[in-house]
Amino acid sequence: MIPVSYYVVVSTMMFVIGLLGILIRRNFLIILFAIELMLNAANINLVAFSHYSNAIDGQIVSLFVIAIAAAEAAIGLAIIIVLFRSQRTTNVDELNLLKW
Amino acid sequence: MIQSFFFYFAGATIISSILTVGLRSPVYCTLALLSTLLHVAGLFILLHAEFVAAIQIIVYAGAVLVLYLFVLMLLNLKTTETFLKQTWIALFFGVVIFVEILIGLFKSSIMTTNPLEATEAVTAAPIGNTETIGLSLFTEYLLPFEVVGIILLGAAVGAMVLAKKIPAG
Repeated sequence: MIPVSYYVVVSTMMFVIGLLGILIRRNFLIILFAIELMLNAANINLVAFSHYSNAIDGQIVSLFVIAIAAAEAAIGLAIIIVLFRSQRTTNVDELNLLKW
Repeated sequence: MIQSFFFYFAGATIISSILTVGLRSPVYCTLALLSTLLHVAGLFILLHAEFVAAIQIIVYAGAVLVLYLFVLMLLNLKTTETFLKQTWIALFFGVVIFVEILIGLFKSSIMTTNPLEATEAVTAAPIGNTETIGLSLFTEYLLPFEVVGIILLGAAVGAMVLAKKIPAG
């Protein structure tokens, strides 16, 4: 049987990859993808610990996480469309409208 | 058998998440993210969480990814994006954070004092995974469930209001 630490290592790697994606990419859309990766890494942890500690609660919380991720995607994409309409770019380096 | 499936799904998850943040073209990034989400669903099935795996495929790969692709094709982005200058510093600190999280996790009490063993009780329950989730979701977690419904409604209305074209003048 696979020990729970394997799943923890996989989810940690996925979380760090998502974090790096936020740090090194300039495209707003790819940054949203990286956030999805981080949320999925959290989901792997929740489901793994739910399975190994023999409780269903982790799976339910992971369903809530999926719902919140869907809401976040909708709002993020709306923001991207508005930004692209006014600025003609999704490059986060050029979006400095609120910079003081 | 289970082990080889685990290593396939875990490896494919990691590789396609690296591709998701590493590829230049946004469309390829979206396809790599799709592959990541499908392989994470495979990991969920290995953990006997069939319902969460199905929701992962339906909601993420089905709905959210299609939404992303739709916006991507509306925007018609140029693919000549370069990485930021601090890529190497970011990679270095990424490795540092990874090692740090792992040290913190494996020193913690849940991983050391109580080595968790897989049990079949929840998974091999006589009523099945989906029914267990449903029973718990509509009794114990009813209030969070309703709150998530309100959040989704707010997000949908907010997205429509945001993306609506403001009439000129």
